[in-house]
Amino acid sequence: MIRIASGQAFWGDWPQAPALQVRSGPIDYLVLDYLAEVTVAILQKQRARDPESGYARDFVGDIGDLLPELMDRGIKVISSAGGVNPRACAQALLARARELGVEGLRVGIVEGDDVFDRLGDPVGSGLPLRALEPDGPSLEEIGPRLTSAHAYLGADPIVRALREGAHVVVTGRCTDSALALAPIVHEFDVAPDDWDALALGTVVGHVLECGAQSTGGNYLADWRNVPSPEKIGFPIAELEGPDRAVITKHESLGGLVNGPSVKEQLLYEIGDPRAYITADCVTDFTTIQLRDEGGDRVALAGVRGRPAPETLKVSCVYSAGWKVSGQLTYCWPEALAKARAAGELVRKRTEAVVGRPFEEWLAEYVGSGACLGALGERHPDPDEVVLRVSAKSTDRGACDRLGRELVGLILTGPPGATGYAAGRPRPSEINGIWSGLIPRASIDPRVEVLG
Amino acid sequence: MTPRAACRLFVLAHGRSGDKGDVVNIGIIARRDEWYGILERELTVARVQRHLEPLGIGGVERFELPNLGALNFLVREALGGGGAVTLKLDAQGKTFAQALLRMPMDLPEGLAGAVRQHWGDQLPADCVISGDGQ
Repeated sequence: MIRIASGQAFWGDWPQAPALQVRSGPIDYLVLDYLAEVTVAILQKQRARDPESGYARDFVGDIGDLLPELMDRGIKVISSAGGVNPRACAQALLARARELGVEGLRVGIVEGDDVFDRLGDPVGSGLPLRALEPDGPSLEEIGPRLTSAHAYLGADPIVRALREGAHVVVTGRCTDSALALAPIVHEFDVAPDDWDALALGTVVGHVLECGAQSTGGNYLADWRNVPSPEKIGFPIAELEGPDRAVITKHESLGGLVNGPSVKEQLLYEIGDPRAYITADCVTDFTTIQLRDEGGDRVALAGVRGRPAPETLKVSCVYSAGWKVSGQLTYCWPEALAKARAAGELVRKRTEAVVGRPFEEWLAEYVGSGACLGALGERHPDPDEVVLRVSAKSTDRGACDRLGRELVGLILTGPPGATGYAAGRPRPSEINGIWSGLIPRASIDPRVEVLG
Repeated sequence: MTPRAACRLFVLAHGRSGDKGDVVNIGIIARRDEWYGILERELTVARVQRHLEPLGIGGVERFELPNLGALNFLVREALGGGGAVTLKLDAQGKTFAQALLRMPMDLPEGLAGAVRQHWGDQLPADCVISGDGQ
């Protein structure tokens, strides 16, 4: 039997999770996802300033500290922490191993997802890319503003790194589910056209990729009755073969695994459930047979898969102007009316000095409809309301000005404003995302094992 | 007298929502397997579209997962251009599941008792069950 443990669902996820997964019971693989869609763009900018950066540094710190135990117990680690620079990530981890006196560490890297330099001139002419959303802007249109372009790789290159003896595999952009699917393919020698096994592994990956979201975190069904949430256990998949998996957690940790908790995650961020498309296969979620076995064990079986698509998804990030968001809290009486008046006032003042309207403007009233809008119920005179104003502009200066004008409201606007201790809101660049499809044959993932 | 209940969808179902570009997906899951049929019947595309309209959305599409006792709704043009570019506080559409679960539901005859039994003393305060002598 193999045990695959989830240790991180995104960069910034609960920092205690990796060590708890390693130290609270038996596991064979630890999988950690660090790359949300725009994370690669942020890392790309970091690497442009420093060629030795561009990966998730927290991974090196957190996993580095665990290396002696991981090597001792033969636990393998698979992570997308490589970002846009898996090689530098691997080298940093190897350096940490030397510091700790850990010998024999082999770190596999997966490259070839970055297609930015292959886009051509005019942009897009170098690769047979097809837009996923035909109504959106063309690649040529956004070309000069592109900051990154990455293809989503599947499990295969990770499997190759494991077969070459890697103890740790760091990838760049790959499908989230590939991190957990790879050890299943590796351990059970799953054939590249065994679509049902690949689909089961993809479902396992989908459950694990969001960490505690399947074990009682963000649990809408019954959040009050999650046991010991202060030490919530992340999910673990147990497999005796590639046709059935049991989702569970370490017994000594908190949280829960039951039908509702796993179902909430299965339904998370899916489109047509009959065709969940990844680089490895097309999975039919309507064939999943889920059985709550009790005792924090949920079995998944019966999953049917179809052949992988001939194309891979490519995600391009481009600079789409600037935005700024800031907030002030208004206290009773008439908190909502004052927040509204303050929002109007700051808009008027800022646009007057900037000389033109913002391209987009949004005023929200947190505590009074910011999430539920007209679907919610309004208290006639709430204790407090948080005014949140946001604006977009191609001009960074206009956004910066709004931040200054907002703080200026404290002594020049409606009474009872507080909650500004964090200081003046700063503009941030907007990362637009252009998604496309590329023939699989155009992408050539490279695997190398260092150490 | 048969118990009747004026509740919200929340008492029958739970769920989760998230983003894919400018599309929000809302998974709605029956709290008991035998309640899935009610969801399938009551949560028509037209009714969900009408309910979510105040949030300013595009079209709604529905998919069934009877194997999980669940429905998946795709809500288009829901995030002001998408999670990466939107100005909205709820940039990733995390609250859409809750918004849908607020849908008022008159529980069909015979179900009110089962709902009371399922929830026990944790029945949400805004679920009013009348006519069963309690």
